[in-house]
Amino acid sequence: MANPVRSFLQVASTEEAAPPLRVVQIEGLAVLKIIKHCKEFSPALVTGQLLGLDVGSVLEVTNCFPYPIREADDEIEAEGANYQLEMMRCLREVNVDNNTVGWYQSTLLGSYQRVELIETFMNYQENIRRSVCIIYDPSRSNQGVLALKALKLSDSFMDLYRNNNFTGEKLREKNLSWVDIFEEIPIKVSNSALISAFMTELEADSPVTQCDYDRLQLSSGPFVERNMEFLIECMDDLFVEQQKFQYHYRNLSRQQAQQQAWLQKRRTENMARKAAGEEPLPEEDPSNPIFKPIPEPSRLESFLVTNQIANYCNQINGVSGQSFSRLYLMKALHED
Amino acid sequence: MAASGDAVMQFPPSSTELSARVQPLVIFNICDCYVRRPDQAVRVIGTLLGSILPDGTVDIRNSYAVPHNEFSDQVPLDIEYHHNMLLSHQKVNPKEVIVGWYSTGFGVNGGSALIHEFYSREVINPVHLTVDTGFNNGQASIKAYVSTNLSLGDRPLAAQFQEIHLDLRMVEAERVGFDILKKQAVDKLPNDLDGMEASMQRLLSLVDTIYEYVGNVVEGRVPADNNIGRFIADSVASLPKLSSLDKLVNDSIQDHLLIMLYLSSITRTQLSLAEKLNTAAQIL
Repeated sequence: MANPVRSFLQVASTEEAAPPLRVVQIEGLAVLKIIKHCKEFSPALVTGQLLGLDVGSVLEVTNCFPYPIREADDEIEAEGANYQLEMMRCLREVNVDNNTVGWYQSTLLGSYQRVELIETFMNYQENIRRSVCIIYDPSRSNQGVLALKALKLSDSFMDLYRNNNFTGEKLREKNLSWVDIFEEIPIKVSNSALISAFMTELEADSPVTQCDYDRLQLSSGPFVERNMEFLIECMDDLFVEQQKFQYHYRNLSRQQAQQQAWLQKRRTENMARKAAGEEPLPEEDPSNPIFKPIPEPSRLESFLVTNQIANYCNQINGVSGQSFSRLYLMKALHED
Repeated sequence: MAASGDAVMQFPPSSTELSARVQPLVIFNICDCYVRRPDQAVRVIGTLLGSILPDGTVDIRNSYAVPHNEFSDQVPLDIEYHHNMLLSHQKVNPKEVIVGWYSTGFGVNGGSALIHEFYSREVINPVHLTVDTGFNNGQASIKAYVSTNLSLGDRPLAAQFQEIHLDLRMVEAERVGFDILKKQAVDKLPNDLDGMEASMQRLLSLVDTIYEYVGNVVEGRVPADNNIGRFIADSVASLPKLSSLDKLVNDSIQDHLLIMLYLSSITRTQLSLAEKLNTAAQIL
């Protein structure tokens, strides 16, 4: 008979599997802080720390604080750590959640998929069970869209990265393609009752807001131009990566041909020896350099670049959609 | 009030040209600190950071709470905490300096004068912001004060808090969208097309209002106001007069857009194709 009540020891010993992260819930306060910090320092890229709580399948972000911009200097490492500890301690005194749940960074036109991001993710993952990275794009927000995204590395990718194994075979095994590296998590915004009361009172009287002015602006030229520039650069990078692969394959096939030739020579030699009654030589010679396996270049870079390109394409699509609507609006206004 | 002898109570002229601007982040911060205050505290006190603009306006951009205890005649403030937070904030943003302090609760009381004196030692003319979280008058009131010292002859008598003009610059909040900031839970951030739709609807409602107004004036239901009429005439005139050129411009821009859309979709297709080819098994 199954005993429905488990002993304490049993409960303590079974590790509960963490429910998968489904939603990131941010407070309006944290959103405003991120926006302010990123906007003030744009176009420089800035980062900051997210604080909050990890509850079931929801990751709550209740506050955040920015990091000072660091010059590339080794002695400031300790200062950075000190600053972080100091801020966390001070915030603890005013009852802010002292729990790190991730970090945020600003980006320029969505070009954030870099190796450093993955490395930072792995660093965070070692210490904190669930961490998330929030990306904010201030240049896109000038178009009237709130460009806030929450990202997480997918688990299968993390395993592969830990083993540092990015050959084609392994990827095919796990059925991992460039889409699976980053997982985007939907964001929910929550506000305390007090602040929503304040905002309701203080809402601007005019029915049209700054946001609308930004959105209805007819010129999207510069934004699209920069997007295209980045896209073209990425294409160049992708091309370089593909060149590397081609080179590798050519080497591999050349090596194979060499091996075959050597094998043939050995076989004829052996036949001659047999005819002469001597010991046949082995058919393999590990010390011969043509048998050395050539390492396959890692596909990580090409995956990241592909991700970036996809991002740019999506953005261009979005902007084009908006521009279409605006153009039709203009046309309709004109017909009257 | 008995004036002793010849000494006359001096009221310095109220400096009405001083005004303050507050960013919405400050209000969010203050409300959040108020919600998280320790149980025995009635109100929250903190420092305001910002800068002073060239025309004298005080721009309040950031804030942090400072732990304090309030007794009847003393208000011990955690000065070390205040300095530590100030240093930390200035590491990120060295341009933000102390411009004043805030407290929640309605009105100004005795303790506030003491705190104000402390802050006036740090900054020349600190601004005191009160945020009424209790909604005492049934509405949200955020007020800013500066204090001037009243003196009777040579003796300092009291500090008078004078309200100054406060400008709530909600531009940032507008950018994010009041819908997101007003509700207690928003399920999904609006994407490009949703936002466009909302903006266009608002524009449409504006046009409808104007149309109605003009209709009313023409029929004589509402007295005509010349200023509004001029505004309407200006905005209608600002539509560029392109006529047949308009079609040409439209078509060419549509070409650009269509080409871009096509290119980006084709790039995406190419990417997925390349992916399949690259990781396909190589037969050597």
